[in-house]
Amino acid sequence: MPILEGLDVTKNFGGLAAVSHVDFHVDRGEIVGLIGPNGAGKTTLFNLISAALPLSSGEIRFKGQKLNGLKPHQICKTGIARTFQQTKIFADMPVFQNVLVGASFGTPTRVSPSDAARVTTEALEFVGLAAMSASAAKDLTLVSQKRVEVARALATKPELLLLDELMAGLNPAEVSEAMELVTRIRDKGIIIFMVEHVMKAIMGICGRIMVLHHGEKLAEGTCQEIASNKTVIEVYLGGETHAGN
Amino acid sequence: MNIATLFTPRNRKVFAAAFLLLVLIFLATLPLYGGSYYILVVTTILMYVVLTVSWTMFSGPTGYMSLATAAFFGVGIYIGTIVGEKLPLLVAVAAGGVGCFILALLVGLVTLRLRGIYFAIFTFGLLMFLSELILYLEINIWGSRGRHVFPASDEAVFYVMVVICVATLLTAYFIRRSRLGLAMQSIGGNEEAAAHMGVNTTRVKVLTFAISAVFMGAAGAIMAPSLIYIDPFIAFNMRYSFMPVLMAVFGGMGQFYGPVIGAAIFSYTERMLRLEYPYHYMLTFGIILILVILFLPGGLAGLIQKLQKARVISKLWNRGKEEQHANT
Repeated sequence: MPILEGLDVTKNFGGLAAVSHVDFHVDRGEIVGLIGPNGAGKTTLFNLISAALPLSSGEIRFKGQKLNGLKPHQICKTGIARTFQQTKIFADMPVFQNVLVGASFGTPTRVSPSDAARVTTEALEFVGLAAMSASAAKDLTLVSQKRVEVARALATKPELLLLDELMAGLNPAEVSEAMELVTRIRDKGIIIFMVEHVMKAIMGICGRIMVLHHGEKLAEGTCQEIASNKTVIEVYLGGETHAGN
Repeated sequence: MNIATLFTPRNRKVFAAAFLLLVLIFLATLPLYGGSYYILVVTTILMYVVLTVSWTMFSGPTGYMSLATAAFFGVGIYIGTIVGEKLPLLVAVAAGGVGCFILALLVGLVTLRLRGIYFAIFTFGLLMFLSELILYLEINIWGSRGRHVFPASDEAVFYVMVVICVATLLTAYFIRRSRLGLAMQSIGGNEEAAAHMGVNTTRVKVLTFAISAVFMGAAGAIMAPSLIYIDPFIAFNMRYSFMPVLMAVFGGMGQFYGPVIGAAIFSYTERMLRLEYPYHYMLTFGIILILVILFLPGGLAGLIQKLQKARVISKLWNRGKEEQHANT
């Protein structure tokens, strides 16, 4: 049964259809990858799901409940958390306080300060940042800042996590660590929907992949199906030799 | 006994509490030995502390620069004057606070969708608008330009101002440490991310904007009697919008006590300079401000922190040297 479902999702910016008539679904226990060339509408789709942007038409349902018209903070409380392509940490606040914001406000019911602090500590340990909790977030390296975002999202106790290019700008060793982190999040029972350009990561951990191109859904299927799909290779992967690397 | 042990964090808290108690005792007994001039001076200083701390309460953590302080202060003056003609002073002050709370809620719902410079300009426009609106009402509807304010004793005004000031400080202190404070900080850090982490940004902003306006309005209402006569140009003076910003920057917004000492020292220095050098005071004052902004980006509070750090470092350094001596 799909936990997140999009029907005929469309977003127009003036005359430009950034996302056009896309149907999609994410099921329980899955890691779904979303790929496509720059400007394909991947981040726009995430912005529509998390209500950063309103839909032009169509409908998005989460656990059977219609999300249309909800505000970002309400989306978060229903159980959808996200990270950002360009990290949006609270730069001047300590790492601990960054994550504490998610723990204190992200859940549907009010959390006591001591519970929020405990959830924060757990989330920081989970992503491996416990030692840095007192540092100002802006002093961290890019890879650590991305982990702060993941911890902050996890602290909101999501059922579904949207990861927007978690691996962009990371070196190969860091990519492997990030892949391991994503798998561990899945093992906690959190469903993952991720935008990614690093094909090694996508092919390594995703159960299913969706390809967007010019705002339309080009293909969908398992890693093998996508890696051998002729149109996908043509518009995105750019030659069989690279596919599956 | 080592003097340094006196300055451990826990002892420092005890010192701060004792110091605050001394200040309170000083304020409570001031009318017994201070003349009416000193009562007026201290009342003005407390007024600036209230305006600065309540401005910082909202604008400090969120980064939304409000120039509406004078608007709420002016509305407080007018509400206080009108209510105070028939009812007791305390009722007038409460009415000033409540009136500004409601006004700020309404204004906040409209303006807090604006960001950055647009918010600052809108709040400044609000000041101009209210001033002109009341001028229009006075000329065309109330039928009298300006009005005399009911009298009140300097001591009564002073004591009420002390109470407002204490209430402002307590509110600011607890908001800073509460969920609301964390939410405001996250809005200042990155408003979009805050919303996606479940913070109802509009509600947090409107609520804290309105809470901060309560104290501005109450301060206006209690200052009204000492003005004797008011009209829109006296009540809605834009200096009450800019002074709190300057005082907060001067004191440093990084620490809770920054805006407090900023307002106290700033308003006292300003008064002294104006009395001593009536022709050069603006010049002197301008130079002091420029120097502070250029060389003390953290304000006075930042300077104090730097000095504390420097002391710790020099202590460690000296200890290091002693150990070297011991080794040789």
